[in-house]
Amino acid sequence: MENTGAEIVVRCLQEEGVEHVFGYPGGAVLYIYDALFTQDKVQHILVRHEQAAVHAADAYSRSTQKVGVCLVTSGPGVTNAVTGIATAYMDSIPMVILSGQVPTHAIGQDAFQECDTVGITRPCVKHNFLVKDVKDLAATMKKAFVIAATGRPGPVLVDIPKDITRAKCRFEYPESVPMRSYNPVVKGHQGQIRKAVQLLLAAERPMVYTGGGIILADAAPQLNDLVDMLGFPCTNTLMGLGGYRASDRKFMGMLGMHGTYEANMAMQHCDVLLAIGARFDDRVIGNPKHFAQNPRKIIHIDIDPSSISKRVKVDVPIVGDVRECMAELSSQLKAAIAGGQPLQSKALEAWWTQIEEWRKRDCLKYDRKSTVIKPQYVIEKLWEVTRGDAFITSDVGQHQMWAAQFYRFDKPRRWINSGGLGTMGVGLPYAMGVKLAHPDAEVACVTGEGSIQMCIQELSTCKQYNLPVKVVNLNNRYLGMVRQWQEIEYGSRYSQSYMEALPDFVKLAEAYGHVGMRIEHPADVEPALRDAFGKYKDRTVFLDIITDQAENVWPMVQGGKGLTEMILGSEDL
Amino acid sequence: MRHIISILLENEPGALSRVVGLFSARGYNIESLTVAPTEDRSLSRMTIVTAGSDDVIEQITKHLNRLIDVVKVVDLIEAPFTERELMLIKVRAVGKEREEMKRLADIFRGRVIDVTDKSYTIELTGDCTKLDAFIEALDPASIMETVRTGASGIARGERVLKA
Repeated sequence: MENTGAEIVVRCLQEEGVEHVFGYPGGAVLYIYDALFTQDKVQHILVRHEQAAVHAADAYSRSTQKVGVCLVTSGPGVTNAVTGIATAYMDSIPMVILSGQVPTHAIGQDAFQECDTVGITRPCVKHNFLVKDVKDLAATMKKAFVIAATGRPGPVLVDIPKDITRAKCRFEYPESVPMRSYNPVVKGHQGQIRKAVQLLLAAERPMVYTGGGIILADAAPQLNDLVDMLGFPCTNTLMGLGGYRASDRKFMGMLGMHGTYEANMAMQHCDVLLAIGARFDDRVIGNPKHFAQNPRKIIHIDIDPSSISKRVKVDVPIVGDVRECMAELSSQLKAAIAGGQPLQSKALEAWWTQIEEWRKRDCLKYDRKSTVIKPQYVIEKLWEVTRGDAFITSDVGQHQMWAAQFYRFDKPRRWINSGGLGTMGVGLPYAMGVKLAHPDAEVACVTGEGSIQMCIQELSTCKQYNLPVKVVNLNNRYLGMVRQWQEIEYGSRYSQSYMEALPDFVKLAEAYGHVGMRIEHPADVEPALRDAFGKYKDRTVFLDIITDQAENVWPMVQGGKGLTEMILGSEDL
Repeated sequence: MRHIISILLENEPGALSRVVGLFSARGYNIESLTVAPTEDRSLSRMTIVTAGSDDVIEQITKHLNRLIDVVKVVDLIEAPFTERELMLIKVRAVGKEREEMKRLADIFRGRVIDVTDKSYTIELTGDCTKLDAFIEALDPASIMETVRTGASGIARGERVLKA
């Protein structure tokens, strides 16, 4: 029996076990939408803007490790999706984006809703395909899923002309699609791992620094085991939070531009640095020249060779799946210790004493007696009310940093944010994607009045699919992070960072059919949060929390500065 | 430092633009680029001449290897190799210049492949310094047009770049 291309697309999704597809219909994908209509294995979620479809599929993947899938039409459908695709690409999120294209014969004719999708998306996808023959469709879909999920993951786009979705052929889903040019390395080099073991055993001031790679590889258990066995301090990047449990004393907090004093000091002063699934980016180590001033041996485990020695020279590079590599590293370390090679316990003790000194700076302190609501306080209360066990999505800006600093993540895949691209507007669609993947979990979107307005139309999607996410809007009437930089680096000239004519968010939430609350006093924060997760458990709740306008995110390492050149508070300005 | 990167890649539409896009997106520089299918029509062989520090070249080869369409990458200068470039050059050749021009072409082992009463078109093969030297030897006013293919390179001895 023969199937149409559209039916083949849907059959492929079923074969891949895809349960949810986020999308928006349009001319070029109507056959695919027709094929979706006649089945019920794959549920389609209709968003209100293509950008949100990609973000939701992205968060679906971030919170589950499954490949997120979205479906958009040609032309503007694709261009609207580009921000979402670039966001996923920067954070290495496995996704498949299906895009409609004008019929093959019309390609290049400037047809209605035509754009060069493969060309436009090429720099922000792991790979993309234009399907030119229906006979190639199933194998291309399989390749897309394989490429997206293996090696260093990433988004893969499949562009499908309309005539291909109507053409027919026999459907056969390949078991495997060997590609001679694509063979990701899995196992780390044994000799390098042996070198790493010796360095770690000899380390007197060690530091473990891990990133999003731990989350993507589902290697948090291995990381916790390794760090616990060694007794070394551990820091996570913004993308790596939850990789090591934040409630443990060995956790140093996040590092980097808004990292803790102790994490940044330990990064700079360690003698052996074990970097895993992290990429030494500018927000993490600041000025690389300053970072290099203190000599240290660096061991770097990463799936992507191009991440190694990119910004910082590495002494022991280990290319491979971080989970496999860590398992091997742990077993070799155990054997070495059992064989009578001890850790440098005396030196380690002194190192920990030093770290505790740094910790005493209490760099995340804020005014707890304030009569206006402090944003940090809201996050602490959110942590309490959700017992530290919620999925937290965020947008981009000050609120993102406060959420990262104050919501202490003990589990991986609970912290969902745009780390690399820094895309405002992701928070609400991220929360939708997470809620669909985890219908029984508590999901909160920590946002600001700037970011939330970039995808606020998705409140409508929340209504349609009954997605009871909680929007925690830290409303300071400023584009807070912009304002903070302007205060510090631009002579307090607040150019275009003040938000006037804000909507009444309570009424807006109600207009979309949700619960809206305005919270203006510190004492009302906790009860409101309890209501949101209790009384209104099954409703989408918008908490418009009026916070201190002048609050800044501390500590801060200014752009171009060294990691230890931190501003700890306004007294340092 | 000058490097010659040889790439074996899938002979697919768009494969070339992935390579070129990578160079422009990451600010790497391309001095010349040549590409054509190999004896196996499913593969293309590309030669890129580029310049950069060792760190940059290391990143270039790593990023090239990341591209799904790229099968193999090698920096030819890591081992003995030979390179050739083809140049076609149209020169003014009138009166007594004609004999002089022919002699110069012979010295460089060039061949005259097209003749009019006012011009010669000369074919010249060699590494890029030889082609440069030929141009240097000519009176600039006599050069009407040049076209160069960019370098192609291959390792010396038994070393091969195969899928």
